[in-house]
Amino acid sequence: MTVLRTAVMAGLVVLAVNLQVGFFATFAVNGVVPDVVLLVVVAAALVRGPEYAAALGFVAGLALDLAPPADHTAGRWALSLVVAGYLAGLVRLDADRSAVAAVVTVAASAFVATSAFALTGIVLDDPGVSVARVLTVVPTAVLYDVAITPLVVPGVAWLLARLAPMTSRWASA
Amino acid sequence: MSLLPRSSRRPRASRRPRTAPILLVLAALTVMSVDAGTGADSPANRLRTVVGDVFGPVQSELSAATRPLTAVRDYVSGVSRLRTRNAALAARNAALQSSLETAGLRRHQRGELATMRTLSRNARLSLVPAAVVAVGPAQAFSRTVTIDVGSSDGVRPDMTVLNADGLVGRVVRAGRSNATVLLVVDANSVVGGRVGSSLELGFLTGDGNLSGDGRLTLTTLDRTARPRPGDTVVTWGSRNGRPYVAGVPVGRVETVQTSPREQSTVSTVRPFVDFTALDLVSVVVGRGSGRTAARAAGAGSR
Repeated sequence: MTVLRTAVMAGLVVLAVNLQVGFFATFAVNGVVPDVVLLVVVAAALVRGPEYAAALGFVAGLALDLAPPADHTAGRWALSLVVAGYLAGLVRLDADRSAVAAVVTVAASAFVATSAFALTGIVLDDPGVSVARVLTVVPTAVLYDVAITPLVVPGVAWLLARLAPMTSRWASA
Repeated sequence: MSLLPRSSRRPRASRRPRTAPILLVLAALTVMSVDAGTGADSPANRLRTVVGDVFGPVQSELSAATRPLTAVRDYVSGVSRLRTRNAALAARNAALQSSLETAGLRRHQRGELATMRTLSRNARLSLVPAAVVAVGPAQAFSRTVTIDVGSSDGVRPDMTVLNADGLVGRVVRAGRSNATVLLVVDANSVVGGRVGSSLELGFLTGDGNLSGDGRLTLTTLDRTARPRPGDTVVTWGSRNGRPYVAGVPVGRVETVQTSPREQSTVSTVRPFVDFTALDLVSVVVGRGSGRTAARAAGAGSR
């Protein structure tokens, strides 16, 4: 079961990364595409809690850092998604499990993740990151992520709930 | 909320061990500092190749599968755009016609000659055609794309990528069946350029614009040189044609700004290539006639 779970999650991450840079690239709004990988991490946070989401965020973020066409310092998305996934998991513990709460969590996580990525770019002196660009990219990304949430999060959440071992589901509840 | 029975769980939740996320944050920071600190021979680059080989085929398949969808989108957005463009083109055609009949004639001939010269020079390049299968998102604050050819097709890092309109960028990393291309509009991209009318040399820096029509900034080496708006800029060319072969058209000078205080001229260049609609590109794998050069390029690096 553990092997199957890992395989399914790995497949989900690969699919999410490729949807993000491949499929959605044709539907980019000013270059911004929905953060599909982030939505998977948030769905994991809503279903499985902060630790699991942080671990998944690290792996998925690293995939996003290393998979082509990424050409930035590796670890930047990993860091952003660990933070966003963990925070989303914490919020889930305090919030009720309504759809509205899920959408708000997605918006907050998208804001945290894209800002954290931009911030690491400023720290590492990436010439592509400027305040003006951050101010346009981050809100667009948040809106696009929220818009795409109904298409991604319920399905991933359902899959994660199916995959979750019964014991851990009851232990966390 | 505290009246709800569910809330009794919360204190326990907040006492959960925090070590895992902290370790993950530290791990991410370690990866970042190792990659940023070691530069070109970073261990992350080897990982990138491995990950690229896993993701590349998926990207190619997905791109092929979604191509019909792209066509639908292009059609929908195309109809209204074509209508406005038709009007603009008709007006422009009239203007061009009149300018052609008067002073434009000589310039036109010169343009034709330049194109022919470029074409004859390009004919000696051996190209590997490729399709763009993935585009880096604006959230990454960079302009990179993945193409569906790699080291098995003779593609190596630091090779020129161009399309029918002009210079696209250079290969920064090549996997077995895919390669990452840094577009010339990326803020990290610097290309040596030559101004068409005066043959002045300069450097073209990408402005890092994340959406669509980016511009390049041309700084001429000779500070007194003053490019004229409308001048064509071609690549200057590097040793052995890597990363850039000479004579590839890059763009047209749009505006020229001189600052007397710094004694320098900064011009904006509008690239010929439409970076929002990149599809088919070619990688320059060598010079000479087609196949032989491709094989030579492949053998040379082995």
